[in-house]
Amino acid sequence: MRRILTKLGRGVLTVWLIVTFTFVALNLSGDSIDALVGDQASPEVIAHYREKFGLDRPLWQQYLSYLAGIAQGDFGLSLSDQRPAVELIAGALPHTLRLGLTAFVVGLLLGVSLGIVAALNRNKAVDRLVMSFAVLGFSLPNFFLGILLILLFALHWRLLPSSGDATAWHLILPAVTLGTHFAGTFARFTRSTMLDVLNKQYVVAARAKGVPRPRRVLWHALPNASIPLITIVGLKLGDLVAGSIIVETVFAVPGVGRLLVNAVTSRDFALVQAILIMVSITMVGANLAVDAVYVLIDPRMRARAAER
Amino acid sequence: MGIGWPIRRADDAPVRAEARYPVLVLVALAILAVIVAIFLFADWLAPYDYRAQSLLKRLKPPSFLGGPPEHLFGTDELGRDVLSRLIYAIRFSVLVALGGTLIGALIGTALGFLAAHFRGMVEEVIMMMADVQASLPFMVIALAMIAMFGGGFMLFVALMGFYGWEVFARLTRGVVIAANTQGYATAVVALGAPARHVYWRHVLPNILSVLIVQFTLNFPQVILLETSLSFLGLGIRPPLTSLGQMLGAGRAYLTTAWWIAVLPGTAIFLTTMSISILGDWLRDRLDPTLQSR
Repeated sequence: MRRILTKLGRGVLTVWLIVTFTFVALNLSGDSIDALVGDQASPEVIAHYREKFGLDRPLWQQYLSYLAGIAQGDFGLSLSDQRPAVELIAGALPHTLRLGLTAFVVGLLLGVSLGIVAALNRNKAVDRLVMSFAVLGFSLPNFFLGILLILLFALHWRLLPSSGDATAWHLILPAVTLGTHFAGTFARFTRSTMLDVLNKQYVVAARAKGVPRPRRVLWHALPNASIPLITIVGLKLGDLVAGSIIVETVFAVPGVGRLLVNAVTSRDFALVQAILIMVSITMVGANLAVDAVYVLIDPRMRARAAER
Repeated sequence: MGIGWPIRRADDAPVRAEARYPVLVLVALAILAVIVAIFLFADWLAPYDYRAQSLLKRLKPPSFLGGPPEHLFGTDELGRDVLSRLIYAIRFSVLVALGGTLIGALIGTALGFLAAHFRGMVEEVIMMMADVQASLPFMVIALAMIAMFGGGFMLFVALMGFYGWEVFARLTRGVVIAANTQGYATAVVALGAPARHVYWRHVLPNILSVLIVQFTLNFPQVILLETSLSFLGLGIRPPLTSLGQMLGAGRAYLTTAWWIAVLPGTAIFLTTMSISILGDWLRDRLDPTLQSR
C-alpha cells in the first residue's frame, strides 16, 4: 500500500513539474499575443487580447489561475479558432483511440504469436525469418512504411483508401503501419522470454508427465513468459503515442496527433500545452496501471504486496 | 540440469568463419562504410549543387527508368538533382544525429557524475528531472519545445542534444557509485588524490565501454527523431535538407515522382537497420550471458 502511494505521489509530482515547466517555458518564449495578432496590430487590439487571455496580471497570479484552471480541466482557448482546447482534444480523441487500440492489438497478437513460433523453432529457418521481420519492423521508420503502403495499396493497386478513418477499411493501412513496429518488438521479447521459460523445470516436468505440446506452451509457459512482456507494454506506450503523431499525419486521420502537429505549426500554445499535459497525465496513469497489473497477475508480487 | 538429453553448449560448437562474421553483419558494415564515406566526402561525390534548380527539367525520372542520363536518380519538383540532394541530406542527417547524440551523452554523463559525487539533494533533483523526461515520449516534448521556441537550426540541434541525456545520467550515476565503492577508487582516494583525478583517470576509462554501447543505441534513435520531425516540416527546413525533409517534401509527388520520397526513405531504413544489426551482434559478443541464444 505504501509503495502504491509513493508511486502515486511521484506521478502527481511529475505531472506538476511538467505543468510548471510548460508555464515557465511559455513565459520565456515571449508574448504569444504577438504571434496571434502580428506586429501590425494597434496597441488597443493587443491590450484587448492581453486582457482577454489574462496576460496583464502579475506572473504569480497567472501561475495560480493557470494551475486552478488545469485542475478543473480548463486549459484555455485555442488561440487560432477560439474554442476551448479541451473541446478540440475531446473531438479528436476517439479517432486516436480507435487507431491506437487497433494498432496495439494487431501488434500484440502478431508479435506474441510470431515470437512463440520463433522460440519453438529456435535457430531454424522459421526463426530466422521471424527475426528478420522483427528487425525490419523496428528499423523501418513509420512515416516511410506508411508512404510505401500508400504507394502500393492505395496508388498502385488501388485496394485501400489512403486517408481519413471513416470506415474500417480506412483503418487498415494506418493500423498496420503503427502496429508493425510493436509486432517487431514484441516478437523479439516474446522469443527471448519464451526461450527462458521453455527450459524451466516446470515445463520439463509437464513434458515428462505427457502434457501435449500446445497446452504446455500456451498454458504452462506463456503466462510466465508474459510477465516481463507487461513491462515492455508499459515502455512501448510512449512509442505508441509518438508513432500515432506521425501516422495520423501521414494518413490524414483527424486525431490528437495531427491536432498537435497543426497546433505546433500554427504556434497555438494553448492547444500545445493542453495536449502536452494530457499526454503526461495519460503516461503517468498508464505506468501506474502497469504496476497494478503486475501485482494482479503475478501471485508472487501479490503475496509481497500483502506483506507490506 | 540433471536430465539426460543433449544440451548444446556454446563453447562446444565448432567456430566457423561465417559464424564469426555473419553475412548480415558484413552487409551492415558495408552500408555504414558507404554512409560514412558520403558524410565525409559529400562535396566530391555530389555531381551537382543540391540547391541548383532547373525548372526546365522538373520531375524527371531516374536514368534507369528512362530518365536523362545526367541525373542518375532523376530530379525533383524544382528540377534539382535527387542524387546530389540525397548525398547532402545524408550528410545533414548524420551531422545532426551525431551532434545531438554527443551533446546528450556529454550532458548526461556530466550530470550522472555530479549526482554520484554529491548524492543527497543534487542527486534527488537530477534523478527527478531524468524521471520527468523519461515519463514522456520525447517526440511530444520536442514538438512542444518547437512550438514555444521556434525552429532555428541551432535550436533544433540543441533539442536533439536534449534527447537521451537521462539514460546517460542514470547509467553513469549507477556505474560511478558502484566504482566509488570498489578497491581501486578507495585506494587512490586514500593516497590523497583529488576526486576529479579519480573520476578522470580511473573511473571514466572503466565505464567508457558502457557509455559507447549506449551511444550506439541512441544514435539511430536520434536519426529517427530528426527525420520524423523534419518529415513533419518542423525540423530541418529548406534551404537546408535532411533525409526526413526530402521524404516529407516528396510526399506531395507520390503519384507522379515516387522516387523523390522513396530514395531518402530507403536511406534512413538502411542506416537504422545496419546500426541495429551491428549493435545486436556486438552486444551478443560482449555479453557472455547471452552466448547461448
